[in-house]
Amino acid sequence: MIPIYTRRRIVNAINLIFSVLAMGFGLFWLFWILFTLFNKGLGGMSVALFTQMTPAPDDTGGLLNAIAGSLMMVTVATLIGTPIGIMAGTYLAEFGQRGWLAPATRFINDILLSAPSIVIGLFIYTVYVAKVGHFSGWAGALALSLIVIPVVVRTTEDMLRLVPDSLREAAAALGAPQWKVVTLVTWRASRAGMLTGILLAVARISGETAPLLFTALNNQFWSADMNRPLANLPVVIFQFAMSPYEYWQELAWSGALLITLSVLGLNIAARLCLRKH
Amino acid sequence: MITEMNINHLQSAAAKVTLHDLDFFYAGYHALKSINMRILEKKITAFIGPSGCGKSTLLRTLNRMYQLYPDQQAKGEIMMDGVNILDAKQDLNTLRSKIGMVFQKPTPFPMSIFDNVAFGVKLYETLNRCELAERVEWALNKAALWEEVKDKLHQSGTSLSGGQQQRLCIARTIAVRPEVVLLDEPTSALDPISTARIEDLIFKLKEDYTIVIVTHNMQQAARVSDYTAYMYLGELIEFDDTDTMFTTPKQRATEDYITGKFG
Repeated sequence: MIPIYTRRRIVNAINLIFSVLAMGFGLFWLFWILFTLFNKGLGGMSVALFTQMTPAPDDTGGLLNAIAGSLMMVTVATLIGTPIGIMAGTYLAEFGQRGWLAPATRFINDILLSAPSIVIGLFIYTVYVAKVGHFSGWAGALALSLIVIPVVVRTTEDMLRLVPDSLREAAAALGAPQWKVVTLVTWRASRAGMLTGILLAVARISGETAPLLFTALNNQFWSADMNRPLANLPVVIFQFAMSPYEYWQELAWSGALLITLSVLGLNIAARLCLRKH
Repeated sequence: MITEMNINHLQSAAAKVTLHDLDFFYAGYHALKSINMRILEKKITAFIGPSGCGKSTLLRTLNRMYQLYPDQQAKGEIMMDGVNILDAKQDLNTLRSKIGMVFQKPTPFPMSIFDNVAFGVKLYETLNRCELAERVEWALNKAALWEEVKDKLHQSGTSLSGGQQQRLCIARTIAVRPEVVLLDEPTSALDPISTARIEDLIFKLKEDYTIVIVTHNMQQAARVSDYTAYMYLGELIEFDDTDTMFTTPKQRATEDYITGKFG
């Protein structure tokens, strides 16, 4: 055996061992979390969970109002955040080569991307909730949309940058103005990646608690009025898990499992979507 | 004697595009130095020369493709049909609809074969479905691709083979009925059989279009072109009809390159 090859083999083996150990360490915690979640949450899964309202401590019930509230706020936040995020990301990738605006926007967006979500909740509380004088579903949706925007901006820009310039040149060479090059060719070429970004943003906000504590708060009863405090899964989980009532704690576990499963579903959908293209 | 006749021909035939003292800069790097030449109508003009000599750059000034990038600029004059196309007032998109371009690597758009060809047509003409379908068929026929794709027009353009994709790009370019077609090393990514088909095609396209082709392959320039320009380090060293260039070039540098002593 040539010595240099022996050395390479040893180095390779050591690196491989460390990599596998690191992966095992990560997976261990992940599966432990998932196991606990299924263990404690599966028991509470029932039809009542999806058909009844959050109960009083000594009563039985479900999470219908929280599920509905979460769905409403996540939907509105996505509808607000996605178009803004896609347009801004497109500007950064396609139009902002010259000047200072794009680099400055990108920098601020990166800060927003890593901003603690509680800060965003406080911000909406100050500029909206405190002004109108009451918590509301709109405020919650607004806070969540501020979390959606930077995620979508970033993924849109990254995905558009993956489109080779040769494709843009080919479209421009046919006499297509830039906005048509973007909407008809580069968006189309990166739509799977952009869709993935949106799904990941939805997954991200469906578990956010902090921004909702200051904005949507909670509502024990059924309400579909976005202008009033709105029940939602994360805050209900927080409240019920902290309570001394065993039944509430069980509902909290079920809610947590529900969120995890939907986020898992979204991620799998995003992956399938990427693979198909 | 023959040489003189050819030179006369070069000067008297109708020029489609005339370049006067064209200079080109990449962020301060002087890439083209005072180029003067006449590109004749309905002829094939080839640009040859070693890598980095500026032949692709020259081609990209003809449809102002360089303008997509902020730090590239051209100075001088490129006259086409009596208008200086480098003029800031010249509308870029109209210009590019008249001067088509095919690139080194096939660049099918992520859409169906039909939509790939219809893309450029829809930008500048309002045709009904029937006329559009006719135009697409016409262009695919011209590009010698129709027989291979007529039953799968709604499949993705990216599903075709490399040679087919390049012919699709040619079809897409001629579908808008440009006056000039620029080809930037159109066969360098293709196998010999696809190359031969595309060369045949280029030769046929000469009937209707003024063609400029950049090529690394001197045999290709000799086979397809009517006129050949030899470039080196951003300068046009020699420009003459292809027969003269390949048999009795006037410049020593051209002869060395063509005979393979250099480059």
